[in-house]
Amino acid sequence: MAGTTLLDIKGVQTYYGNIRALNGVDVHVNQGEIVALIGANGAGKSTLMMTIFGAPRARSGSITFAGTDITQMPTHEIARMRIAQSPEGRRIFPRMTVMENLQMGASLDNLKHYDEDVEKVFTLFPRLKERVAQRGGTLSGGEQQMLSIGRALMARPKLLLLDEPSLGLAPLIVKQIFDAIRELNRTQGLTVFLVEQNAFGALKLATRGYVMVNGNVTMSGTGKELLANPEVRAAYLEGGHH
Amino acid sequence: MAVTVSPESDVVASPVQRGLKEGFYAGAISLGLFVLFIGLKTGQNISNELVVTTRWGLLAGVVVATAVGRFLYVAYGQPFMANQKIADVATGLLPGSVASRFFQVPWFIAAVIAAVLLFVFNNSLAGWVGAEPAGYLQFLRALAIIYVLASVIYYFRAFIHANFTKLGIAALVLYPILVVAVLSLNAWSIAGGLQGSLKWVDNFGIQILIYVMLAWGLNIVVGLAGLLDLGYVAFYALGAYAYALLATHFGLSFWILLPAAGAMAALWGVLLGFPVLRLRGDYLAIVTLAFGEIIRLVLINWREVTNGSAGISGIPKVSFFGLMSFNVSDSNYIAKVLHIAQSGAYYKIFLYYLILGLCLLTAFVTIRLRRLPVGRAWEALREDEIACRSLGINTTTTKLTAFATGAMFGGFAGSFFAARQGFVSPESFVFLESAIILAIVVLGGMGSLVGIAVAAMVMIGGTEALRELDFLKQIFGPDFTPELYRMLLFGMAMVIVMLWKPRGFVGSREPTAFLKERRAVSSSFTKEGHG
Repeated sequence: MAGTTLLDIKGVQTYYGNIRALNGVDVHVNQGEIVALIGANGAGKSTLMMTIFGAPRARSGSITFAGTDITQMPTHEIARMRIAQSPEGRRIFPRMTVMENLQMGASLDNLKHYDEDVEKVFTLFPRLKERVAQRGGTLSGGEQQMLSIGRALMARPKLLLLDEPSLGLAPLIVKQIFDAIRELNRTQGLTVFLVEQNAFGALKLATRGYVMVNGNVTMSGTGKELLANPEVRAAYLEGGHH
Repeated sequence: MAVTVSPESDVVASPVQRGLKEGFYAGAISLGLFVLFIGLKTGQNISNELVVTTRWGLLAGVVVATAVGRFLYVAYGQPFMANQKIADVATGLLPGSVASRFFQVPWFIAAVIAAVLLFVFNNSLAGWVGAEPAGYLQFLRALAIIYVLASVIYYFRAFIHANFTKLGIAALVLYPILVVAVLSLNAWSIAGGLQGSLKWVDNFGIQILIYVMLAWGLNIVVGLAGLLDLGYVAFYALGAYAYALLATHFGLSFWILLPAAGAMAALWGVLLGFPVLRLRGDYLAIVTLAFGEIIRLVLINWREVTNGSAGISGIPKVSFFGLMSFNVSDSNYIAKVLHIAQSGAYYKIFLYYLILGLCLLTAFVTIRLRRLPVGRAWEALREDEIACRSLGINTTTTKLTAFATGAMFGGFAGSFFAARQGFVSPESFVFLESAIILAIVVLGGMGSLVGIAVAAMVMIGGTEALRELDFLKQIFGPDFTPELYRMLLFGMAMVIVMLWKPRGFVGSREPTAFLKERRAVSSSFTKEGHG
């Protein structure tokens, strides 16, 4: 299976009202890859993430997942295609406990694999196990990010979308989370598409990467190539490694 | 940041000093506030001229009372309450609480003896001490009984807390029997006799339970799914009119029409749900408010069907599952079937158990649904709609099921209401009703069934009880009508509860997913009024 295209985004244009946020974006993610999308604030990275989930909807172009056109599907139908998301701002359920949050992640299969998957999440993020009965909103930022990823994993996704998993977290926690992503990809062959501002960490982690500027993909290549690229270095990496 | 500390401020004022100061300020403020309100009164004299009467004495009384009250609170009340929270250094224990000092065994025994003695010699009391002191002695006896009951509750508080639901249901089941048995044996009582006791079953029992059911129904929409519905009374009205019209025109039985009314209200819940799917919070509240008003205006203006503001009367009573009827003229009237004396009491008591059953059904369904995917989806929807969608939850059906389920219980309650009253008119379904039901849900604690039931008891029982406070006329003069102050007290009570318990009476939320054992979740887990 490795190597076949899982997610294919072709010529996608997305608008907020009359303002064009995505300018004909072509991105594809192959089975078993970690793909990173890097770019500055306002480049349209999160918009692309949300467009994959149909909110906002792409005005032109097409998004294909595992051979099915999902461009016009409602958000919950897209999620049922086994695309899971740890959205921007994590969006955990603040008044529900950690356990209930994870339970919500398993809604798709009506809790069929629930016990097994909960154990997997706790192995991946032991910290969450210590916090099972705690309310989501009282967790620290890093724990919330773990919970958000854990909740996404409960759906047994074929593709995991991560929107800025390192946002606002201490370097040590960022490393833990990136390690967990790498681990998931290596052991379970999980395909990951990740949006990051932390270009260095993301490109080191990723098989391939894309650079986005003002709604356009301007560069692409393997993680190593992009890390070595002088333009990328000048724009995103100089001024200290994150 | 440099802070200059003046030598005086190093000396912390003693509570008494502070009390004197604050008492003085409070007196001054109340003087300023009340000098015109209380000090001066305008009226008309016989020749229709405006006259100003002064009431300096009363004003002085109020000002002094305010000042003294503030002084006592600051000087003694606050230090006392603060002390209650400081643990003893030696033992690490908190000092004996007010309650443990108030409820002590010798006093308990004294109260029991006093109550028993006053009961035994009740009839001869008036002869011994005269009529008026005897009245006070009866009041004393009532206090003694209340003290005894409160002590019992206090001593068994751990047991009561642990078995609250079971005890609560048992108390509700036994309530009419106890009330009728106790009060009808005591013809002397202010609320005595069989008729007096039935008032307690009807005005308090049934009335409160109707609101408990409505509030539990609304709790599904507001407390669980987080959809602010200000027009819930519309579904109540739909259920009531569905029963009233179908029963009077087609003579269908309550037991057929109850599910029909529920289904009808649920259908309207879905119809309301569709246009408001995209709305949340304030916007949703306004649309549902309008929906409630539309239903009421239709009921008023569609005269051919609803008989307008005159309402529908002569709505048939509920039968005992068709086996026995509560109409004296019917051949299967309950007294004839069971060969017992004729009485209107049977119907009241039957209605009580009927609404109790409907309430328990609502609670049971709510508790079960919370553990099912749809109930979990409701709660997740309340928390974060976008996250819900990205987890594959269809938020459209989730919202519609919440509206429909909540509306269905409103419809059940409505058809019960119509059957109980025998008469419905649009006046019963004004916006104030929606507001009261919502207030009960908020005061009780959103999502908490027990809290909501307690809130309904306090709000509805409390306002009903204010009708009974005739003895206040002894204090405030014969012109005083406590009923008129019901809404004022109601509003004050709500403000006070929201200040002290912003999450409602029961702020804790029972989680539905567990790793191994159940753990209670602290009150910081539920929705709250601020922030």
